[in-house]
Amino acid sequence: MNNFQYSRASDVADAIRLLAADPGAKLIAGGTNLIDLMKENVERPSRLIDISRLPLRDVEETADGGLRIGALVPNSDLAYHPLIEQRYPLLASAILAGASAQLRNMASVGGNLMQRTRCPYFYDTTTPCNKRSPGTGCSALDGLNRNHAILGTSNSCIATNPSDMSVALAALGALVHIARPSGQRTIALTDFHRLPEDKPHLDTNLGSGEIIIAIELPPHGFARNYSYLKIRDRLSYAFALVSVAAAVDLEGNAISEARLALGGVAHKPWRSLEAEAALRGQAATPDHFGRAADLLLQGATARSHNGFKIDLARRAVVRALMQAASATPQSQAHKKIA
Amino acid sequence: MNAYVGTPTSRVDGRAKVTGAAKYAGEFAADGLLHGFVVEASIARGRVARLDTSEALKVKGVVDVLTHEHRPPLADKDEAWKDEVAPEKGSPFRPLYDERVKFNGQPIALVVAEDWEIAKFAATRVRVEYEQEAFSTDLESERGKAEKVDQPHKPRGDAAAALTRAAVRHEADYVIPTEHHNPMELFATTAVWNGSGGLTVYDKTQGVQNVQKFLCSVFGKEPDDIRVISPYVGGAFGSGLRPQHQVVLATLAALALKRSVRVVLTRQQMYGLGYRPMTIERVALGAKPDGTLDAITHEAIAVTSRYEDFSRNDTGWAEQLYKSPNSNFSHKLVDLDVSTPSDMRAPGAATGVCALECAMDELAVALKLDPVELRLRCYSDRDQSQSLPYTSKQLRECYARGAEAFGWSRRNPAPRSMRDGKELVGWGMATGVWEALQMPVAVRIVLTANGHAEVSCAASDIGTGTYTIVAQVAADALGLPIENISVRLADSTLPQAPVEGGSWMAASSAHAVLGAAEEIRWELARLAKAMPGSPLADLDAADVTLTDGMIASSDGRGAAVSIADVMRHSKLERIEKEKLNQFAEDKSHARNTHSAVFAEVKIDEELGIIRVTRIVNAVAAGRILNTKTGRSQIMGGVVWGIGMALHEETVMDHRFGRIMNANIAEYHIPVNADVHDIDVIFVDEPDERINRLGIKGLGEIGIVGVPAAIANAVYHATGKRIRRFPITLDKLLE
Ligand SMILES: Cc1cc2nc3c(=O)[nH]c(=O)nc-3n(C[C@H](O)[C@H](O)[C@H](O)COP(=O)(O)OP(=O)(O)OC[C@H]3O[C@@H](n4cnc5c(N)ncnc54)[C@H](O)[C@@H]3O)c2cc1C
Ligand code: SF4
Repeated sequence: MNNFQYSRASDVADAIRLLAADPGAKLIAGGTNLIDLMKENVERPSRLIDISRLPLRDVEETADGGLRIGALVPNSDLAYHPLIEQRYPLLASAILAGASAQLRNMASVGGNLMQRTRCPYFYDTTTPCNKRSPGTGCSALDGLNRNHAILGTSNSCIATNPSDMSVALAALGALVHIARPSGQRTIALTDFHRLPEDKPHLDTNLGSGEIIIAIELPPHGFARNYSYLKIRDRLSYAFALVSVAAAVDLEGNAISEARLALGGVAHKPWRSLEAEAALRGQAATPDHFGRAADLLLQGATARSHNGFKIDLARRAVVRALMQAASATPQSQAHKKIA
Repeated sequence: MNAYVGTPTSRVDGRAKVTGAAKYAGEFAADGLLHGFVVEASIARGRVARLDTSEALKVKGVVDVLTHEHRPPLADKDEAWKDEVAPEKGSPFRPLYDERVKFNGQPIALVVAEDWEIAKFAATRVRVEYEQEAFSTDLESERGKAEKVDQPHKPRGDAAAALTRAAVRHEADYVIPTEHHNPMELFATTAVWNGSGGLTVYDKTQGVQNVQKFLCSVFGKEPDDIRVISPYVGGAFGSGLRPQHQVVLATLAALALKRSVRVVLTRQQMYGLGYRPMTIERVALGAKPDGTLDAITHEAIAVTSRYEDFSRNDTGWAEQLYKSPNSNFSHKLVDLDVSTPSDMRAPGAATGVCALECAMDELAVALKLDPVELRLRCYSDRDQSQSLPYTSKQLRECYARGAEAFGWSRRNPAPRSMRDGKELVGWGMATGVWEALQMPVAVRIVLTANGHAEVSCAASDIGTGTYTIVAQVAADALGLPIENISVRLADSTLPQAPVEGGSWMAASSAHAVLGAAEEIRWELARLAKAMPGSPLADLDAADVTLTDGMIASSDGRGAAVSIADVMRHSKLERIEKEKLNQFAEDKSHARNTHSAVFAEVKIDEELGIIRVTRIVNAVAAGRILNTKTGRSQIMGGVVWGIGMALHEETVMDHRFGRIMNANIAEYHIPVNADVHDIDVIFVDEPDERINRLGIKGLGEIGIVGVPAAIANAVYHATGKRIRRFPITLDKLLE
């Protein structure tokens, strides 16, 4: 860990000022990811700007019937918030599929969106890693890549984004509200994280000096037919090998609207409008689900150890859609897969 | 007269532990305490060409940076570095000794500062340049270089010929990866400088006297100069058997700086300590059509370091367990650029028996025999390796009771035949076996006139319950309520004890307590008889017992004198007796514990998700001193067995020779969700031969057989045989 300065931001504007004043500064919210990375010398901020006391902890209804969620709402508060439980149970489920109760108590919405990859080379400063030290090479390409990406990879990086919450947010069509020196801007969650291309050191499109202040959920929460299915190496407290956020609207047995996003397979939550479009108007059958999965996984490629993920992802998509269509969502408390 | 032995007595140290009153090695305070942080090598082999500490030394609060070039003298003979449990062959690792790098993660410097965070920060300022050399850390690619170790194995008959002619044969490799202990407590030492050159060293260890002797020989100190204390240990599982880096480094720094120093390893740094070595186990079984074995061969190939030959008895279990006229065994080692492996819960058995019992399951399938039936047909009442009878062996009863509790008779033998909704159900079983060892241990008892006794011994309680069983045995032997017994352990100045390991401490310490209590009883009887008008005057010391604070005739006629009266009359404040346990030398019998493990798995085949929904572990381990702590031991072993079967694996990138999951987020062990019903059955196993109390010990047996039972259940559920552990979903989906 390096030596750093510490400042507590008094309000959002102050935080933005502090960020602008010190290019080596980092925001800290719950600290559950940043501090770990500092201990490993992966992150070496010159200054920590503590935003954890800023008044960004509200969950409010928006004029159009959606919800606006402050960037500092703890993950657990959000998962158990009555409006989330009732109207966006997919989001609640995805949050509860992640980390542990203790971590979720500390973790914030903004921090969760910004959490960095779990690629082991990224964490080990003695090994080459383009994401950590641009230009040094990617150790995972020909190394241990069992849990690396199968979609949207580049020759520079095959890391995955580890967030569960983001996968549900992508499926639900959430927006990210950002404050910056010149005001505010809003982008779709699906545009928030980026693909590695030749700049894997950039995880997101958040500019330097920008702060996430809230996320916004559109009115429709798919509260009846949804499921978050997370496949991992033990039954709890492990990052996803593959996860699926699935949601459908049904008219009889016909799908009128579908949402599908994958986690654990790419540098960002993976959504395909084409796959969703293919489901619209179709009967909710395993065949149709399989076809959607194929579309979603189009272009998937494997390295030496992660080939199993392609088939696993396909099966998981089908299963999650079945769970959603039959209104038997995957329970995050009982680990038996429905 | 057993008020406590055999009962579910709660831990006597439980309250201290849950309230935080129990202090661990890294929690002892000292005036002017300094903190050391270890700098580790980041190459697997070579030499440190340059070590520049100047930047680190400039950090405010840094007191010194110790390196091989800058340190007090260390012993230069290998013998001085060989602790009680060091491998016979080899040259033990010496932290900061010279510029050689022998493994990735090796300590190469210690930054000492006023504050731990400062030391940690300054550690990042130490500049190291290496001269790297070619290295290898990959057992599988180096398998061809395996060399046989000397072991007292006697081949029986002609195994090769018997295998060739066998009616039914099974042969396969089982691969078990390297695993790390990951005890909850971090390795820590607080070395307290006492002004006159002496040190009191609080260390996380399984053997204070082992560490004490080791430090004296490494640093050329007299026995009185160094005292080692380790009152509580937050788990060790074998990782604390040998003195570890941090105790050498803390002592080195304290001696160099003449100040008290604490060194705590990080979780990541603990992956540079010992581990269960990866093994490739090749087992071949040849059977006659009637399901009896005609041949067993078992070859184990394990990792060791280049500087020490660590090997355990992986193949000895196959050698002793089942009847087979022809057999051959060999244990081989491959030297790699890694640290020396160490014992880890049921070393050699957790792995060797896993392979053997998976192979037996495969043989049962080939023979179309029920797996329990196969084991019964091959059952041996004698230890096959030495052809000796056992002091006791209730394994048959374990099979019967375990099968009964599990409902084994309802098993449909066909793979993939049992289902529960979407899930395939699999039932598997395996045998477990471990040794029943006993070691020399001495105990001192001080009985005071107020009817309290202090029982002391240098043995450690590594969480297994030694405090509690010692108190139980003492309370019964002295006829006192357990509240009147205080137990002191794990101080090198206390009566002798070896490291706590191998499941030998229960029997060893209990019999030392018995011996010392007996001497107290004789002394009390002598004094009581001498009292004027003593109702015990005509009795022999052998004819009295201590009960309810009285010295009473054992014949039940009611003659008794209170201990308090005797001591008052004899004007004695205290009676002190120390005794070394004594076990009759008996080479005519084999001593083992056994178990039968039954496992149920439920598998979502499409997604490869395995749930271990039930385990029944029926254990025969002589007399169970404490059914509560004993049950906990077995449950802990079972949970670990689930981990071995499904989760645990230390993953190395052989290009760098580095462990890539050196933390417990990525090194998976079972979490609550992975653990369901565990039913522990203690099968009655009276044993009058092994020792007076009939104790065999329970530390290791709980894990043995569990991974195989689960792997066999996975096969029964899916029809897929996975011989490379852990059984992760990608292997199931292949
Ligand atoms: C052992 C372990 C297991 C875990 N398992 C899972 C899992 O299974 N699934 C899962 O999804 N997650 C998992 N996590 C990750 C966890 O969800 C994240 O650590 C957490 O969400 C981060 O939130 P935080 O508030 O603590 O972020 P911090 O650590 O405070 O910050 C993380 C990053 O976000 C930035 N940041 C924080 N707030 C803002 C903001 N408002 N605007 C801009 N930038 C900001 C910080 O500068 C920093 O770079 C796990 C973590 C651990 C340690
Ligand atoms: S996959 Fe990305 S994060 Fe991992 S080593 Fe390669 S560049 Fe680094």
